[in-house]
Amino acid sequence: MLAEDQKKVVFRIFRFNSGDGGAPRFQEYTVPVQKGMTVLDGLVYIKENLDGTIAYRSSCRMGICGSCGMIINGFPQLACQTQILHLESQVVEVRPLSNYPVIKDVVPDLSSLMRNHTAVRPYIIRLDDEKERPTREYLQSPQELEAYLQFAYCIKCGLCLAACPTVATDASFLGPQALAAAYRYIADSRDSGMEARAPILDTPHGVWRCHFAGACTEACPKGVDPALAIQLLKRALVLRTLRLARVQAPAPVAPPLAPAPRPDIPKAPEPTVALVREQKSEGVEERRS
Amino acid sequence: MNRSNRLGVRGWVWAGRFGVERYLYTLHRVTGIGLVIYLFLHIYETGIRLQGREAWEATMALFRTPFFVFLEYVLFVGFIFHAVNGLRLIFTELGYALGKPTRPVYPYRTSVLRHRPVVYVIMILMAILIVLGGVDIFLLPG
Repeated sequence: MLAEDQKKVVFRIFRFNSGDGGAPRFQEYTVPVQKGMTVLDGLVYIKENLDGTIAYRSSCRMGICGSCGMIINGFPQLACQTQILHLESQVVEVRPLSNYPVIKDVVPDLSSLMRNHTAVRPYIIRLDDEKERPTREYLQSPQELEAYLQFAYCIKCGLCLAACPTVATDASFLGPQALAAAYRYIADSRDSGMEARAPILDTPHGVWRCHFAGACTEACPKGVDPALAIQLLKRALVLRTLRLARVQAPAPVAPPLAPAPRPDIPKAPEPTVALVREQKSEGVEERRS
Repeated sequence: MNRSNRLGVRGWVWAGRFGVERYLYTLHRVTGIGLVIYLFLHIYETGIRLQGREAWEATMALFRTPFFVFLEYVLFVGFIFHAVNGLRLIFTELGYALGKPTRPVYPYRTSVLRHRPVVYVIMILMAILIVLGGVDIFLLPG
């Protein structure tokens, strides 16, 4: 990139150090910007060239790990997915994610996100023994997959909790991420965990605290749409309470493959490698025992 | 020690660059609180009847002054908003008018965007009812 193509943009960064007890403040840095440069690139530039003391969290630089969530010009975004020139502003204001405690500068403490996520038991719950001692794969149709796949794309960046006006006033609210994660598993045809999760979700600080502000969905960088998941979760809980929910057995495991050989296909030749012979003889011994 | 960054009530008011639904959320809460406060005032106001006919008629005369008529209209506007938006929320929170889950392919077509025409329709309905209420309160006799 030629030097004349460069613009200069002022980064206005929130500074706070929990270690030194100082008051929070903003500090400004002038950063040369090129086309394609992201806010994360700007922060890297500042750390490497202007001020090594600024703290931010990042890892993958491509919107997968969810580490670099921050409030950029008043909107929760991933720094690695936000191009500076697309902001169309001479000043890029970077704050830590709202509704989380600040550890240092723009590094939030995401413990509450992980705690709530864990609370809704975000894994397949089965009443049979298949999950503990799996025999074969589960059967799931493409339609059943579509029912939850969108919500499985969550990267746990925490932007939705920073956007949510309910989280802003209710520290006990489970939050959009955890509720969407709960629905992701409840909508999964392999899962039978509705009864196990309902006592956590069907509470005043659970699903009923959401009033569809839609901010979580707008902020989500992966198109997960937590607001939709939460409303569908409410419907599922209402139907469960009214005993109108369609009772459906969890997805069964696939049947065993047909063992009968086809007569039109010739039999495979005997293996000639010594290792394979050994395995075969071991198998014979096991069968004898 | 880590610094708390919870927005509090400021998080309701400051909606930044979010869509109209987040502002409706705030207005729904504000009008809801306003209607609860009015309920208590209304109980007090009707309780004035116990103090006799003169006290009651004096109160009614006060409520016919332009200032209180204006407050009545503000109350009406709040009521209309809360009622119509509340109906929208009842349907929405049961998962209607949001569409089905779809694969997140950029640019994302989310439930909020799919639902937005409904928001515009209820806003038009609110506007009609609010104008009709204004005509009734300010222009029609009695």
